[in-house]
Amino acid sequence: MAAEELTLQSHIQHHLTNAKMCSTENGIAFNKACSEAGFWTWHIDTLAWSIGLGILFLMIFRSAAKKAHTGVPGKMQCFIEMIIELVATNVRDTFHGKSKLIAPLALTIFVWVFLMNLMDLIPVDFLPAFAGWVGATFFGMDSHDVYMKIVPTTDLNMTAGLAIGVFLLMIGYSIRIKGVIGFIKELTLHPFSASNPVVQALLIPFNLLLELIALVAKPFSLALRLFGNLYAGEMIFILIGAIGLFQLPLHFVWAVFHILVIVLQAFVFMMLTIVYLSMASSESH
Amino acid sequence: MNINMTLIGELIAFIVFVLFCMKFVWPPLNNAIEARQKKIADGLAAGERAEKDLELAQAKIADELKEAKAQAAEIIAQAKKRAEQTVEEGKQRGETEREAIIAAGHAEVEAERNRLREELRKQVAVLAVAGASKIIEREIDKDAHSDIVEKLVAEL
Repeated sequence: MAAEELTLQSHIQHHLTNAKMCSTENGIAFNKACSEAGFWTWHIDTLAWSIGLGILFLMIFRSAAKKAHTGVPGKMQCFIEMIIELVATNVRDTFHGKSKLIAPLALTIFVWVFLMNLMDLIPVDFLPAFAGWVGATFFGMDSHDVYMKIVPTTDLNMTAGLAIGVFLLMIGYSIRIKGVIGFIKELTLHPFSASNPVVQALLIPFNLLLELIALVAKPFSLALRLFGNLYAGEMIFILIGAIGLFQLPLHFVWAVFHILVIVLQAFVFMMLTIVYLSMASSESH
Repeated sequence: MNINMTLIGELIAFIVFVLFCMKFVWPPLNNAIEARQKKIADGLAAGERAEKDLELAQAKIADELKEAKAQAAEIIAQAKKRAEQTVEEGKQRGETEREAIIAAGHAEVEAERNRLREELRKQVAVLAVAGASKIIEREIDKDAHSDIVEKLVAEL
């Protein structure tokens, strides 16, 4: 009993661990050798899958863009243009103002996050087991030492990377539209303001605290929402995968439900990005 | 969860992807869509214009048809009138010709009758002379009494 618990636990642990890479004095090291490296570690599975999927997205859309013409569109072009239209409509409705960046940004986020989330629907053991086999056969590693987490959005580094990118854009837009002074004013003179200058000066710290929390909460909520949803979904897939034969109907039900989650989370991330940037570039609250 | 260099890597990848998308993916696709939208809008407008033109043309055709009908009716009426005139003229000509033919016939018949009468008169004279000579026998000298016979013939 104790042994079985241990293997189940280690099985789950194995699934939830990224493949790590870092450089030590002895050269490049992997996985357990990197436990000391701390911040200077790379999650090579997250990086490889996310960048690979990003390149896949860009290749598909680039080939469609090259073939784009104004005549009667083919099926592929129709499909791509449907996605473009969806993103363009949402951007038009939400973001008032002119920007060449917002729409491609939203498209990239939507499709890229969707593709990364989609990896969640691949049965949890397939690719890790295959990677373990490859590692054991060709590199002489213990297959338990080969880690492979194929859903990049279940890695907080991934979602935080996206959220920080959006956060930097928010600050950039705020400063570009309102100027540095305007941005500082926005952070210090709201929500409490007074006509008496002394009272106003007293209120500035409170305002700054509130506004900074509100500002920083945005990227945090973006990163944690996506990460939490996908991590939980992945976790349940792993648990279902561990219960034996009965996993099949359960797995099916959860996968069907998860299709919704995958699209929804990608869409929510895109929409919130547009909304935050729209708020950042509008004059008043 | 450990935050590490992966975050920086993903951030850089994100920026690169967005820039690529902004440069090479979004503009051609969006331009194609917008150009097609414009094309469709133009097509619809053209269709509407053509419909209006068609309506105008149909109205014009109806007008012209009406005019043509009126003209045709006028021409037919004229033609009828002329035909009537021609028939009338023909009739008149026929009438005069008939009268002329009849008159000529009459004249011929009259001439024939006169000729026959003359002939008959001559034959009657011969017969009268022959009869008289039979009655009188020799007493009448043809030459001596020819004046009498002539007189007789003239009386017939």
